[in-house]
Formats: sequence, C-alpha cells, structure tokens
Amino acid sequence: MKSGSNLEKVLRAGHFAVTTEIGPPKSCDAEVVRRHGETLRGYADAYNVTDNQTAVVRLSSMAACTILTGMGLEPVLQMTCRDRNRIALQSDLLGAAALGIRNVLCLTGDHQSFGNHPDSKNVFDLDSIQLIHTARLMRDKGQFLCGEEMKVKPRLFIGGVVNPFADPFEFRVTRLAKKNAAGADFVQTQAILDMSRFERFMKKVREAGLHEQVFILAGLMPIKSARMARYMQKNVPGMMVSEEICQRLEKAEDVKAEAVKLVVEQIEQIRQIEGVAGVHLMAVAWEEIIPAIVEQAGLYPRPSL
Amino acid sequence: MIIAERKPITEIWRLIESYRQILVVGCRGCVTVCLAGGAREVANLANLLHLAAREHGCSITILQHTVERQCEYEFVQPLAAYGQGDCSIEAVVSLGCGIGVQAVAECLPDIPVYPGLNTSFLGMPERSGRWVERCHACGQCILDKTGGICPIARCAKNLLNGPCGGSQHGQCEIGGGTDCAWQLIYDKLSRLNQLDRLKEIALPKDWSKDRDGGPRRLCREDWEEDNFTDEVRE
Ligand code: SF4
Ligand code: SF4
Repeated sequence: MKSGSNLEKVLRAGHFAVTTEIGPPKSCDAEVVRRHGETLRGYADAYNVTDNQTAVVRLSSMAACTILTGMGLEPVLQMTCRDRNRIALQSDLLGAAALGIRNVLCLTGDHQSFGNHPDSKNVFDLDSIQLIHTARLMRDKGQFLCGEEMKVKPRLFIGGVVNPFADPFEFRVTRLAKKNAAGADFVQTQAILDMSRFERFMKKVREAGLHEQVFILAGLMPIKSARMARYMQKNVPGMMVSEEICQRLEKAEDVKAEAVKLVVEQIEQIRQIEGVAGVHLMAVAWEEIIPAIVEQAGLYPRPSL
Repeated sequence: MIIAERKPITEIWRLIESYRQILVVGCRGCVTVCLAGGAREVANLANLLHLAAREHGCSITILQHTVERQCEYEFVQPLAAYGQGDCSIEAVVSLGCGIGVQAVAECLPDIPVYPGLNTSFLGMPERSGRWVERCHACGQCILDKTGGICPIARCAKNLLNGPCGGSQHGQCEIGGGTDCAWQLIYDKLSRLNQLDRLKEIALPKDWSKDRDGGPRRLCREDWEEDNFTDEVRE
C-alpha cells in the first residue's frame, strides 16, 4: 500500500471504484463544500476537489479538501501546473500529506484565457507528467526535485488524467504510458460522451499492457440539457459528444431522467470493457444527481474497507 | 527577427503633445522588414503627428532620422549630436524595438525618449502582412528534440511532454486559429520516423537560462577587449 488511502484500498481489493467531484465555491463559504460533501456522503470512494477549474478563481482546493477530511470524507486533491512553480507545488504536496490528504491528481490545467483572469501570467514551470514524476520522487525516494532529501516521505496515491478524445489519437496512449512511467497509480479520463472512441482507446491501452499497470477510471458526465450537449459537441476543445447522445437528449420528454439513464447505461457498457477499474462521475453544477446514478447503476453501497 | 507594431497614433500623440520640437528615429533592421519602424514608417508617423497637431490647433517641428541599426552603439552614437549645442530637440520618438529605444535613450541622457512601437515577439513573416512567433529566447534550445518546432514559444503552456487534453483538430485550446504546436511536432516526428523520441519523459526544464534567471548577459572571453592581442587589434 503506497498511501493507505481508501481509494487505493478499494482499487487494490479489486472493487469497481467510484469517484466523483466537488467544485469549491467562488467565495469563502465553507458551508457550500460541507453541503456538497453531505449530499454525496457514502456514494463515492473518494471525492475530487477541483483546483480553480477552467481558470476561474475559487476557494482553494487544499482548503476544501481539509474541510472534507474533517467530515470524514476522503478527498482527491487536484493540482494544476498553471498557477504554481515547482517550489510551491512541492510545498503543497508536503502540506497536503501533513493535512491527511492521501490522493493527489496532477494536471496541466486549463489555459487562463478560459477563466475570469485572462490577463494573468501563467506558470507552467512543470507539466502534468513532470508533476507526477515529482510526487513520486518525493514519496518513493524521499527527494525533492533538486535532489535534496526529506525526513518524512509524503504518502500519496498519485493520479493523472487522460483525454482519449483529444488529438493526436495514437499519442494519447503514449501519454498514458508516460504518466504511468512517471509514477501515476491511477488515472481518470475526460468525460466519455463517445463510447466507440473510448473503446478504441482501451483496445490500444490493452495492447500496450497499460491496464495492468495503472488503474483507469472512466470519466462520465450526466448532461442536463440537449442544448448543453450540442454546445459541448461543437465548442469545447478536447471533448467529443456522439450524435446518439445529442439526439436522445433532444427527443427525451424528461431530459434529466434520460441523462441519468444514459450514464447508467454507460456504466454498464464500461464494466464490460477489460481494463477499466472504476468510474469518475462529474456532474458539474448538478452534484445532487450523483446518488441516483450510483444507486441505479448498482454501485451502492460503497465497500467499507 | 524582432517583430513589432506601431502604437496607436493617439497614444503616441499623448506622449509628445507637450513638445514642439521632435525627432523621430527609425531603424533599418528588423522593424523595417516588419513594416513598423523603417524610414517609410518614420515619414508616415511624422505626417500623422502633424495632422494630430493641426487638429489640436498647434504646430510642431519634426526631424526624421533613420539609422542602420538602433541596437548598436556604433550606429546610434551620431544621434548624440541632437542633444548638444544649440540643437533644440525636446523629445524623441524611437521607432526601434525596445532595444533600440533604450540604446537611443542612452545616447541622449538629457532628452526624453519615447517608444513608438510595441515590441511583440521573435518571429518571422508567415505570409504577406502576417507575422508569427517562433522563439522565446529560452537560453537552452530544445529544437533537436521537437522536430524543429518550438513548444516554448508556440505551445500556450510551454509543455514538454506532448499535447495537453485541449488539442483537437490541430488547434490549440486557446482558439483564435492557433495551431497546436504539439500536433505539429507529432506530425513532423512521425514523418521523420522519430516518434519514439516523444516516449521519453522530458524532465523539468532549467528555466534559469530564460528571463527567470534574471537579466541575461553573454560573455565571450575570446572577444573581450582586455584579451585582445595586438595582432587581433590590427
Ligand atoms: S527552445 Fe528556446 S531557444 Fe529554441 S526556439 Fe524554443 S525558445 Fe528559442
Ligand atoms: S492545445 Fe497544444 S499548443 Fe495548446 S496548450 Fe495544449 S499542447 Fe499546447
């Protein structure tokens, strides 16, 4: 056991894992974090806390994670390379471990031009693969990037993300291999809204034997409205939304029920794909729907280990 | 070369509106090639400033002087004459890049020197009327690893291990018709049969050679004055 986190235990015991996401508020209102935590309590093995997602300033991921650990919920600390250099990132990895945070998810981060401070500087001193490498170096060798040693090693379960829907397609498997080689224990994928592309991706992943080396959690996203699906299909870089999903939502009488049904079906399909170790459910601004999805997919209650 | 563009005329006018005797200095180097600060643009700016003055009900005198390169003392030194004797220049507008402006200002310590250009980036013309960034002067070139395409200057996140999740249809996630540098690198290395190079993990870069390490200086001992032998001097 590298970190002893609940997520690690669930995955190593061979259970089909469930993670979900909590987005901190655009204010210092801790109540929002607690409320989301309460809504989702018991429905996931760990809860990702986003890090100024889409480059919009929000309550810090580290602080929100600490609120969750205080509630007895297990967070996954998301860390992007956009806003911090290698000094701050290593310092935050130490801080996270000291605060009892056991999972980190290392990301490059959206460009600041998407957010509410497009005129800010960006850092990108490290990229996501280098951050994974750094976390592993600290955990396994007890070393900082500069080579200096530390007395106590941070016990962390190290994660990354993969996007099978970005280009160039073949290189997405190479990138996963690099993240694995750099030290990722698990990865979560971008929201799968085009199952056939994901199946092709997983085939290549299996050919490379990567599914046996790193836990792969398939990202899923319930979409509240047909318009949103169309918007993502056309306008969000790095996303692919199949025509089928758009049309089913467009034709549905009860769109929200259809959205849940779609995700539940996707979970069934994904459980048939060799090499997928769990799902990561992202319901941006629709967190309250997660319990219904988890229950209907037969993934409730979560194992307690 | 250095790519620059002229500041809006209203901005330049505001810089100099309180002066009546002005010198506009051009440069025959990069900024001539990118159509921002050569002799033609100097004449053009002089006309525009005369117009602006007339609109504001005043008249100004503008001298024009374009030097070979504003970024070398040898060529800007003659400008020092404008600061001496009975020459009545009150202010200078330099149409050089940021380096040129500073060199001119050094030569004219008692006269204010204003920038007429925004120095944009190190790049080249892609086609007529369109210039693109190519190098960030990072101090430690890695083009050997990236198929001759620079991810420091051309990837919005200066990534070193391949495209981020926002790369789609060859475009960068920031949009605006920006090519994804990593898609270009991938295509190039694929043509060269060198995709294997991208499998290696690129470790964190040494940014101390970039501007992050402080102002940079390059010393060539073999060319420093003190080391010149008489032979070399001759
Ligand atoms: S790697 Fe550095 S020196 Fe080479 S082209 Fe890019 S920015 Fe310029
Ligand atoms: S889309 Fe391509 S160029 Fe843009 S930030 Fe990502 S890797 Fe860099």
